[in-house]
Amino acid sequence: MDYVIEMLGIRKEFPGIVANDNITLQVKKGEIHALLGENGAGKSTLMSVLFGLYQPEKGCIKVKGKEVNIQGPLDANALGIGMVHQHFKLVHNFTVLQNIILGMETVQGGFLKMDEAREKIIALSKKYRLMVDPDAVIADISVGMQQRVEILKMLYRENEILILDEPTAVLTPQEIDELMSIMKELVKEGKSIIFITHKLNEIKEVADRCSVLRRGRYIGTVDVKTTDKEAMSEMMVGRKVNLNIEKAPAKTTDTVLKLENLKVKSKREGSTTFVVDDVNFEVKKGEIVSIAGIDGNGQSELIQAITGLMKQDGGHVYLNGEDVSHKSIRYKNTHGIGHIPEDRHRFGLVLDYSIAENAVLQEYFEPRFQKFGFLRFGKIKEQARMLIDRFDIRCGQGEKTTTRSMSGGNQQKIIIGREIDRNPDLLIAVQPTRGLDVGAIEFVHNQLVKQRDAGSGVLLVSFELDEVMNLSDRILVMFEGKIVAELDPKKTTQNELGLYMAGSEGGDDLNDAK
Amino acid sequence: MMQNKKIKKDKESKNRAYLSSIIAIVVGLLFGYIVLMIANPEQATDGFIQILTGAVTNDMKGIGQVFYYATPIMLTGLSVAFAFKTGLFNIGTPGQFIVGAYAGVYVGVKFTALGPIHWIVALLAACIAGAIWALVPGVLKAFCNVNEVISAIMMNYIGMYLVNYLLKGNVDLFNTLKNESNPVADSATIPKFGLDKLFEGSAVGGGIIIAIIIVIIMYIVLNKTTFGFELKAVGFNREASKYAGINEKRGIILSMAIAGALAGIAGGLLYLGGSGKYIEVVDVLAPEGFNGISVALLGLSNPIGVAFSAIFIAYITQGGFYLQLFDFAPEIIDIIIAVIIYFSAFALILQATYSNFIKKRRNKLAERLPGKPAEQTIEVPIDELEVVEEEKEGDDV
Repeated sequence: MDYVIEMLGIRKEFPGIVANDNITLQVKKGEIHALLGENGAGKSTLMSVLFGLYQPEKGCIKVKGKEVNIQGPLDANALGIGMVHQHFKLVHNFTVLQNIILGMETVQGGFLKMDEAREKIIALSKKYRLMVDPDAVIADISVGMQQRVEILKMLYRENEILILDEPTAVLTPQEIDELMSIMKELVKEGKSIIFITHKLNEIKEVADRCSVLRRGRYIGTVDVKTTDKEAMSEMMVGRKVNLNIEKAPAKTTDTVLKLENLKVKSKREGSTTFVVDDVNFEVKKGEIVSIAGIDGNGQSELIQAITGLMKQDGGHVYLNGEDVSHKSIRYKNTHGIGHIPEDRHRFGLVLDYSIAENAVLQEYFEPRFQKFGFLRFGKIKEQARMLIDRFDIRCGQGEKTTTRSMSGGNQQKIIIGREIDRNPDLLIAVQPTRGLDVGAIEFVHNQLVKQRDAGSGVLLVSFELDEVMNLSDRILVMFEGKIVAELDPKKTTQNELGLYMAGSEGGDDLNDAK
Repeated sequence: MMQNKKIKKDKESKNRAYLSSIIAIVVGLLFGYIVLMIANPEQATDGFIQILTGAVTNDMKGIGQVFYYATPIMLTGLSVAFAFKTGLFNIGTPGQFIVGAYAGVYVGVKFTALGPIHWIVALLAACIAGAIWALVPGVLKAFCNVNEVISAIMMNYIGMYLVNYLLKGNVDLFNTLKNESNPVADSATIPKFGLDKLFEGSAVGGGIIIAIIIVIIMYIVLNKTTFGFELKAVGFNREASKYAGINEKRGIILSMAIAGALAGIAGGLLYLGGSGKYIEVVDVLAPEGFNGISVALLGLSNPIGVAFSAIFIAYITQGGFYLQLFDFAPEIIDIIIAVIIYFSAFALILQATYSNFIKKRRNKLAERLPGKPAEQTIEVPIDELEVVEEEKEGDDV
């Protein structure tokens, strides 16, 4: 059997932690090999070892049967190994072409010679059906397009082994489909792909084999076709994971949130359009209402207008029957809104603060955490420890850990824990499971349902169809700033939902519903 | 075991922070010595010893002078450090310093009817004037997102020329013969609290005590209060602060105003100190203001650190003063002092960068992708190990 990459018995230790313990990964030529594991299972470390960023304590790496010593990304590149990172490494004010050739410029007498490169790139994009405009500026193209640029970058460097680190995390469902077909195209041409993910659906769809890591250990490699999702998730998490959310029918009571003709103008200069256009809906206590839609159809603005992060340009927001349209964020925070923001680094956490400080970010001024303006550090630490215990937040130095040094999943747990612990009447969760692994997703989903059952209203914004279908009691579909449909998840299909999200079933049905 | 490890780690990082300051000072001194060698090789060693020991060779007077010099720069340093902590760069200290000085002197000369609280009122005037001067960049930053560095620099010049203009136009305040401000009333002079007896012959006054008290207050405000918690949160992440319901605009404006108030008090303390120093009408930005930047750097932006670094810089300055005993031109002395101060600060920054670099190298994180530009460094696979953040070490001394 000829493997294009073999990593045998890799062990990598960090002070106090064994990140990789005797891990074996064997990738065949021309296959899509999924690497599955929870956050912190050791996937990134393993890839960093392959990329030469870390030197393993034990084990060896073979490329095409030959043992190699990879000292750094340069060596890796020379061996034909390329990687697309989760967060793209692109120069935003450069064009696609400039980004692709960056570092490998063809020059003549000190001057750039772009024509040759342009032809090569056009040829490559035709061959692999990676259509991009070479002269478009990165800042102007969509995330999906940017990813294609990253893939083209690897192809331009003639890499044979492509590592994709959670490539679908940032994509819309349509873009994911396109990526999948591109990946299939690539392996058909003889490339090999290592596909890092924790989404089982995608593995099932595209991968040939799948290696599973758990807490730094190698669990096994399975053939995707003959293994079902449940088995894979059990391998990954180490216990049975219930992918279906079990919840009782919603018992709704009072209306907690009511929007009346809410409008938000586009913040783009010169634009007069409304990104949130005349939105009306209610959320009752005891139900989960989802807003489905493709990213960029006004969901972010809608939520920011409700929470007060963005000014609204018309209409009213009622919280527990009170008009809070022009109240401060603090007022809303203390009067029943809990908010799990979509961007945890930008909004959710002060990354340079410790867990303890972040745990009381909205409550530090409450009497239980301060006395005469002095912070009660004892109580704050207690609160943080309580959150760490209750929400199983894993951190190196307890409540003193700087949140910047933590993994995304654990950062998210701090935010979710903090918001749920405040016991809000209305919990707004925007993409609460983005970037989380199955175990953590299950946890978040259960927490949201629990919160609902405890009598809170939950407003969920998600781009994941599964999540929307499984979790919600009602689904609102948002398209171009408008709510275009209200659906019952029990009576609708993913297909129908997708059509509404794409805007192809217009407002007619909504009118009928009224 | 975990617990033990944690404590050890904390201790280590704190020690390392102190150590890095000391190493920086040694490096700065070495460079000073090199400049001495270049200027006058024969007397370099004697001169160098004089710099190091000059301040303590003249009994208590030298030490008194050290405290006298340290007073204004301790507060301008605190001003810069406070702004740093809250995410702002207050380069406007010279302007805030001089308008504070003017307001203090104005009250000190004119409002003689105030009696025993005269000096307190004068100092408050200095404080308010400085705060107002910093308010302008603060408001511009908060509401129009104007970079505070640019507006503060402009405010420096406006402040300097305005004070010159106001001084010249006021017969009560201005001594045309000496081209400087008149002395303030006795009641407006800050009490000496017996320091003039203790450090006989020196110009030190109660200002140093007030400065140290303010340092301690600011340390407490920054680290122990909800107010400091808010300001730091705004400094670290404006959007997250907004999300948490903190009025982030108010935070920015208050941070800037407090920083300005500190620089204003520095001006007040210097010119109300009764040390025979008067505001001169010259077209030069107050050096006490800019020195605050190096004080803050050397003090790692920690209020307590600032107090020590101000004393260190004053100590070196005082030592340099005695360099005149040797065959060194006064300009050379200034250069040497500047070299020591700035190389110390510089070494500190370099060291911080270097230790980060080492840390990264150790983890092999800083390597670049082949054939890709600088910003394409490899993502730190941080979720694999809880990398201890060490950049901010020593802040919570």
